Amino acid sequence: MSSKWRGTQAAKGTVCKTVIRRFESAPRLIPGQFVTIRCGTGTEPLLRRPFAVHRVNREEKSFEILYEIKGEGTRFLSQYEEADDLDILGPLGNGFKIDLNIKNAILVAGGIGIAPLTFLAEELVKEKINVTLILGSKTKLDIPLSAIGYKLLICTEDGSEGTKGLATDLLNEFVRAQNFAPLQIYACGPKAMLKAVAQITNCQVSLEEIMACGVGACLGCAVKTKDGYKMVCKDGPVFNSEDIIW
Amino acid sequence: MVTDLSIELAGIKLKNPVMAASGTFGYGKEYSEFCDLNQIGAIVTKSITLKPKEGNPPPRIAETPSGILNAIGLQSDGVEKFIAKALPFLEKFDVPVIASIAGGSKEEFAELAKILSKSKRIAGLELNISCPNVKKGGMLFGCDPDAAAEVTKAARKATKLPLIVKLSPNVTDITLIAKAVEKAGADALSLINTLLGMAIDINTKKPKLGNITGGLSGPAIRPIAIRMVWQTAQAVKIPIVGMGGIMTAEDAIEFFLAGASAVQVGTGNFVDPKCIIKIIEGLYKAGPDLLTRGDF
Ligand SMILES: Cc1cc2nc3c(=O)[nH]c(=O)nc-3n(C[C@H](O)[C@H](O)[C@H](O)COP(=O)(O)OP(=O)(O)OC[C@H]3O[C@@H](n4cnc5c(N)ncnc54)[C@H](O)[C@@H]3O)c2cc1C
Ligand SMILES: Cc1cc2nc3c(=O)[nH]c(=O)nc-3n(C[C@H](O)[C@H](O)[C@H](O)COP(=O)(O)O)c2cc1C
Repeated sequence: MSSKWRGTQAAKGTVCKTVIRRFESAPRLIPGQFVTIRCGTGTEPLLRRPFAVHRVNREEKSFEILYEIKGEGTRFLSQYEEADDLDILGPLGNGFKIDLNIKNAILVAGGIGIAPLTFLAEELVKEKINVTLILGSKTKLDIPLSAIGYKLLICTEDGSEGTKGLATDLLNEFVRAQNFAPLQIYACGPKAMLKAVAQITNCQVSLEEIMACGVGACLGCAVKTKDGYKMVCKDGPVFNSEDIIW
Repeated sequence: MVTDLSIELAGIKLKNPVMAASGTFGYGKEYSEFCDLNQIGAIVTKSITLKPKEGNPPPRIAETPSGILNAIGLQSDGVEKFIAKALPFLEKFDVPVIASIAGGSKEEFAELAKILSKSKRIAGLELNISCPNVKKGGMLFGCDPDAAAEVTKAARKATKLPLIVKLSPNVTDITLIAKAVEKAGADALSLINTLLGMAIDINTKKPKLGNITGGLSGPAIRPIAIRMVWQTAQAVKIPIVGMGGIMTAEDAIEFFLAGASAVQVGTGNFVDPKCIIKIIEGLYKAGPDLLTRGDF
């Protein structure tokens, strides 16, 4: 055991990163997939908490999660800067589909929705695809980001960082400037933002729903689609925006 | 130390008395990557309906102190798809499959029992007369001794398979239902299903579940389940399968002492996919005196 402690638990609303080391399945992880983590050993909190894979280091068999402190589970995790003894289940779910023939991609993140899109951006860059990542939020976010090999556009609703406005405004401009050239579009963030993105264009969206089992057994994390209820954990978390009944 | 945990429950041979509870283990396949199905006492399937059923609007899950509320609403692809798609996967495993069935009427229970009796892979049936999350049927059958007996009789006539009837805790006196069902031909009882509950998000001022109310499960309900197993064990002669908040071998032992012959694990699977396996390992290490009914 060689977990590295941060020493304190972070405050609600802040964003934290934890590096998960010695995770045998790390090389198999693909962007958009998630893991569930047991936050403690008792019965509070009871359910495992789901987190997207934020970054992977295949050689070192490690990966990172990036998360906002919401309640007990995320607070528990925030004690760990690095961990190799957490109870982690994964990889779970289906990742984003990448079309190698389409050389331009735009990724739209709303707040902490940036978590899986960083991993996706890095994989797309490896495939020599031009990537622009738009990160929108209400106000300036305290997220450690290093966009290597792709363009990062930041916008805030209150103008405290980057352009003042909505991520969807930037997306609209971008889509128009592309002049209908083929484009891969991905989005992750609050449902209201995803809905707005889906109204602008078809895209792949990563959805969240409160989940219990994480493996498709309990039918808890249902999302309504044109083909009936689908499960975020097993059928998703990545869906085609046009299949969702928003 | 115990060397042999095998039992015969209502004519079904089990390697050990620890089963996966209905609705928490899918149809086995979902957990097969994380948990060795061959080691489990039995798998009780998600409740199967006659016709496909869509289920309730989300959110379907809410966490509460040491428990969860769920309102899945018996989402099911229907019995035909279950036989054609889900059941074949289990062929290659050496584990008894108990089909949980949920009908909207006693005729539907009988029809389901008849259809499933044709499958050799099914070792027994569990009648879910206790689901709190559907409008028609569900818990209504399990809250009235006459209705519970009617459903049991109808299923009894339709099948030779062992019949386990799953009871609802949302009643004033569970022993009345237990006795009625025993008389109507049940081979065993399982209890408890979830307790009707509710939670409200004070920020949005809305119920946390799409269905408004849901069923409470997990460690929070264990003392109630233990009490009901103990009461029922004194009222009937048929074996009892106990459940409600079992997470460890110690929890399971509490049920054996209360009078259960076997146990089921539900919510525990969500917390740890190897929960059942660990409980079985723990039971092998326990003293044999802990696996039988207590004297109280
Ligand atoms: C597939 C998936 C991937 C996710 N990836 C990330 C990620 O990369 N980074 C991140 O910060 N968060 C992510 N989430 C959300 C994260 O799981 C929740 O924020 C976390 O479970 C909250 O736990 P808690 O104990 O800290 O807070 P709680 O006190 O349990 O909850 C605080 C709030 O979060 C909501 N919540 C609880 N569980 C979930 C859940 N499973 N999904 C959505 N909301 C929930 C509650 O309704 C409540 O409003 C993801 C969720 C899903 C389903
Ligand atoms: C998400 C979920 C779905 C369930 N679905 C069913 C079901 O379809 N049929 C049934 O008889 N019981 C169902 N149950 C009840 C469980 O089988 C069990 O009786 C109950 O959860 C108590 O056990 P536990 O505390 O170990 O979970 C469900 C429980 C949960 C949590």
